[in-house]
Amino acid sequence: MNIVVLVKQVPDTEGDRKLDPSDRTIDRTSVDPVINYIDEFAIEEALRLKEEHGGDVTILTVGPEQATVSIRKALSMGADKAVHVCDEALHGACAIQTATVIAKALGTVEWDVAIAGSEATDSRMSVVPALVSEVLGAPQLSQARKVSVDGSTVTIERVTETGFDRVQAPTPVVISVVEKINEPRYPSFKGIMAAKNKPIEVLDTAALGLDAGTLGLVNASTAVVSFEVAPPRAAGQVVKDEGDGGVKIADYLASKKLV
Amino acid sequence: MTDALDRLDLLELDADLEEENRLLRDTVRKFADDRLRPNIRDWFEAGELPARELAEEFGALGVLGMHLEGYGCSGASSTQYGIVCAEIEAVDSGLRSLVSVQGSLAMYAIRAFGSEEQRQRWLPPMAAGRALGCFGLTEPDAGSDPGSMRTYARRDGEDWILHGSKMWITNGSVADVAVVWARTDDGVQGFLVERGTAGFTTTDVHHKLSLRASVTSQLSFDDVRLPSDAVLPSAEGLRAALSCLTEARFGIVWGVTGAARDALAATLDYAGTRTQFGRPIAGFQLTQRKLAELAVSLGQSQLVARRLGQLKDSGRIRPHQVSFGKFANVKAALEICREARSILGGSGITTEYPVLRHAVNLETVFTYEGTHEVHTLVLGAQLTGLDAYR
Ligand SMILES: Cc1cc2nc3c(=O)[nH]c(=O)nc-3n(C[C@H](O)[C@H](O)[C@H](O)COP(=O)(O)OP(=O)(O)OC[C@H]3O[C@@H](n4cnc5c(N)ncnc54)[C@H](O)[C@@H]3O)c2cc1C
Repeated sequence: MNIVVLVKQVPDTEGDRKLDPSDRTIDRTSVDPVINYIDEFAIEEALRLKEEHGGDVTILTVGPEQATVSIRKALSMGADKAVHVCDEALHGACAIQTATVIAKALGTVEWDVAIAGSEATDSRMSVVPALVSEVLGAPQLSQARKVSVDGSTVTIERVTETGFDRVQAPTPVVISVVEKINEPRYPSFKGIMAAKNKPIEVLDTAALGLDAGTLGLVNASTAVVSFEVAPPRAAGQVVKDEGDGGVKIADYLASKKLV
Repeated sequence: MTDALDRLDLLELDADLEEENRLLRDTVRKFADDRLRPNIRDWFEAGELPARELAEEFGALGVLGMHLEGYGCSGASSTQYGIVCAEIEAVDSGLRSLVSVQGSLAMYAIRAFGSEEQRQRWLPPMAAGRALGCFGLTEPDAGSDPGSMRTYARRDGEDWILHGSKMWITNGSVADVAVVWARTDDGVQGFLVERGTAGFTTTDVHHKLSLRASVTSQLSFDDVRLPSDAVLPSAEGLRAALSCLTEARFGIVWGVTGAARDALAATLDYAGTRTQFGRPIAGFQLTQRKLAELAVSLGQSQLVARRLGQLKDSGRIRPHQVSFGKFANVKAALEICREARSILGGSGITTEYPVLRHAVNLETVFTYEGTHEVHTLVLGAQLTGLDAYR
């Protein structure tokens, strides 16, 4: 069974993240880039499925040149190879464009299961896995906290507000996972040394048969119209309990129309 | 803390890390933050270390014997090994000692001087952390002068009979195999003694004020019968034992920069937030002088470590250069931690801050693997051509 993991590089959430005022896209230089947090769980799940069922794990990343660092880390965790779609024309691409590019890139690899994290910490739209399956016309198994494979049938436990649903689909299938699913491994030193010899195929949009003139910021289906830097947090209000703490809290909540 | 680390990197050494080395560094740092830091105070205070479990975790990561080739080892460069030592010793010198003894003393001895069978048998499980090793050179009456060792192995037919004792042996009581150096009729030789061999017993050293998160033991050999293949066939004389120490010292040269960096980062944070006389103590000139001197000293030791890494990776390193590194960096780290402690005032004497814990650990590092004085004399002999101590 061959698996592709969709991995996004994002600015580290621990850093002071910014938008670039000139075109209102993410400023990728001000903060260290890292693998999107939930994508590490997607990589781990792919490696576990490979350990159980055999096959290859391919990392698929759409992103600028510096995304190689994240690709190498994914390879050092144990993935076999990578496809990196890298093209200036994709600067400012919207979710729909990204999904179209991913769907095309998936066409260059043999795969049965594509696994993604359920959300990226930068844009936080949680739509790309669904869009990819829509573009491909492949079934989608979303928000998985458990994945099992039996031949060409994939079953997941989809997290819901009250518990979980058991959902099944035939391969090829697009899965998105939540962080409850596993505990990502540390790359091993041998993995780190081996990663530099693993193949990364770099493709531009032309190689995928896409017209660069239809892509990028100017053609995006969504736009950031304006943004403001969040005001510094105001000092909190301290309520001293003089036997009437409960009343004071209730009054406060009422004043905010919360009760 | 990340912020303090950035500020301490005055020479921007971090920016020069190659991609692979950075990934390695980040991986160990994350492992250390997740698995080691949350427990180190408890281990240190209790004077107990779950050495076996830790060895398996280090093994899974690929730390043990990482700079050796083949037999399940990672085959990393010496510089990479150094980078890893610094991250582990940034948590505690005791943890780095576990790694050094396993990889640079026990595994290195077997890799360099063992027979093919000995390598096949021991190195893969030791690299994986399923088997632990220790290295017994020091004796109660033979420390700086190991040539005066009394432990003796005599032949009995094909077998050997080993008699004597070893003192201050790291990982001693938890080891599955002890690399033991003994006199024979043909000079000093190395032997592999398995745990549980009749006549071989261990007793742990308690009441330590330093390196508490490390197992230290005495090994006793009461006419221990060893088969002929227990001897390390290529280890000829004391020189072989000393070459293992040169190997381990290289890790110390890097490791102690981690301890010093950690102490200084904690101190820089503290100085910025502790207010006296209406302002942060970091704003006083006397504090700044200390911080400046300590940060410069840290940068200098990091440069020394890198230089030795280059020399070792190019195959040119010489023992007196490793002595240079141990001499310079351990002294610097010890002074950094002691002086940094003063900036923390009363808080500095508790284990709530890592600073004094690092300082007391470094007292051991100052003494083991060749005392500071012995390395002084090695450098003296190199400079003058006159041997002042042998
Ligand atoms: C926690 C810990 C762990 C250790 N782990 C190991 C281990 O795993 N394996 C192992 O084999 N050993 C180990 N050692 C032993 C260590 O290497 C010795 O303690 C060290 O070599 C010093 O020997 P000594 O303690 O007998 O001191 P001594 O040799 O008695 O030295 C006492 C003092 O005299 C000085 N001195 C000695 N000779 C001279 C000279 N010619 N000129 C000037 N000054 C001199 C020394 O520098 C020192 O200051 C460990 C020690 C400790 C404390």
